Amino acid sequence: MGMLEGKVAYITGVARGQGRSHAVRLAEEGADIIGIDLCAQPSTVSVPGATPEDLEETVALVEKTGRRMVARIGDVRDVEFLAAAARDGVAELGRLDIVSANAGIWAVGREEPTSLADRQRVWKESIDVDLTGMFNTLEATVPILVEAGRGGAIVLTSSTAGLKSMAVNSLAQNAYTAAKHGVVGLMRNYAVELAPHMIRVNTIHPTSTATPMIMNEVTDGYLDQHPALAGLMSNLLPVPAVDPVDISNGLLYLVSDLGRYVTGITLPVDAGFLAK
Amino acid sequence: MGKLDNKVAFITGAARGQGRSHAIRLAQEGADIIAVDLLEDVATVDYPMATPADMDETVKEIESLDRRVHAAKADVRDYAAMHAAYTAGVAELGPVDIVLGNAGICQLGSAEPDPVQAFNDVVGVNLIGVWNSVYVAAQDMIDRGRGGAIVLTSSTQGLSGRGADGSAGALGYAAAKHGVVGLMRSFANWLSPHGIRVNTVHPTGVATPMVENGVVGRYLEENPQAGQMAANLMPVGLMEPADISNAIVYLVSDEGRYVTGVTLPVDAGFSVR
Repeated sequence: MGMLEGKVAYITGVARGQGRSHAVRLAEEGADIIGIDLCAQPSTVSVPGATPEDLEETVALVEKTGRRMVARIGDVRDVEFLAAAARDGVAELGRLDIVSANAGIWAVGREEPTSLADRQRVWKESIDVDLTGMFNTLEATVPILVEAGRGGAIVLTSSTAGLKSMAVNSLAQNAYTAAKHGVVGLMRNYAVELAPHMIRVNTIHPTSTATPMIMNEVTDGYLDQHPALAGLMSNLLPVPAVDPVDISNGLLYLVSDLGRYVTGITLPVDAGFLAK
Repeated sequence: MGKLDNKVAFITGAARGQGRSHAIRLAQEGADIIAVDLLEDVATVDYPMATPADMDETVKEIESLDRRVHAAKADVRDYAAMHAAYTAGVAELGPVDIVLGNAGICQLGSAEPDPVQAFNDVVGVNLIGVWNSVYVAAQDMIDRGRGGAIVLTSSTQGLSGRGADGSAGALGYAAAKHGVVGLMRSFANWLSPHGIRVNTVHPTGVATPMVENGVVGRYLEENPQAGQMAANLMPVGLMEPADISNAIVYLVSDEGRYVTGVTLPVDAGFSVR
């Protein structure tokens, strides 16, 4: 008997990386999955995006656990798409209990944008995906949870950059840090507002995690150009990165009965990065 | 196959309440237990402390799970006694992997005939006692080179001063519980490069004898402003000890293998209000 038997989880950014890991881990504990992903590369992002094949692979991995998955391709900046995916998923899977707002971009590039117009584009896309995308995910799912009246658990993926400075004279890093801090504020107010409904809301704060968003040649080039960032990214425990399953295990603690009274908290899974 | 097979845990305040819950929960996951408790009353605390009969009950529960347990009577404020208890426990069960600095007292609503002693007692047990509990084991854990995990029990009063009434008991409790966070952070910086993780848990009120006794209950009824100390965000009163034990199992097991330097509130939203 898994910890999430009979539950349904809505996960954004599910095609690969942490999102795929969450889908598989929650499915291993008995949950069915509604998953969305852009499956493309946003215009200001140099890191290659997920693909439709990635999403199919996630579906296959979930189904191998014996659970069901409803998958949709679309953009977290499109609240109507997110809401429709939630409705479709609930219609097919029967209910909604858990939300993992995980989709995110890190708009590192080989060169710093210099024109005002380019800088506006980079800033806006990071805020729109990494902060507004979280708000949109709540817009699409919270009314369903509230109406069902069975409580629920929501986790927004922030970052160590959501609680600490991560400054390297980089616009992409500033936008990422601002958005990830903003996610914490969003979480806190929603935790207060949804507590009477027994819907818990928390953030999780990974350090560098071994996923395609971090482990790719663009990021390697970026770190070569910004050696201060590589130093900033070192952890207290002697590990360079954590694995996606470590974030998923933190998520599982928060959304299962193990954490049934945990709400309004920031949970770093960061090898001690924030304690330095 | 438990999550903590072949591990040894050193747990203070293990005779009853949260400590007993942690001891049993960790034993269920395969750990052997060194269980430490004062087993005497404290003069400035109005409610009774755990007794030898309580410790016998904890021992019985652990042994019924086919785990080994070494029970020791010691005052966490007494470094020599703590070191003796640790040494005897290790001699019987083997080297320590996990330390739970759980022992604590909470004195609210006393007439406080001796506030100076009351403040010193609560800081002595809840802060210095916690340092003692870790320090007896820390160098051995470093030298052994196999990592480990330490959880210190703080409180909502370790992150907030809400509900204070000016009593030495309340002020001392908040000071000590905040201090435990500082200890944790400093310990984490010292120990985590050696693979030893250190975190705090922050319960709101938990249904144990420290809270569910006439003294504290009456105090909270008679002092509505102090009730702020107990008012959670989610519509739930007291936590169960198991809620804190579940957080601790996450933190000390492989599920939390990279979690260190973290304050983990288990508090029905108290800290986010």
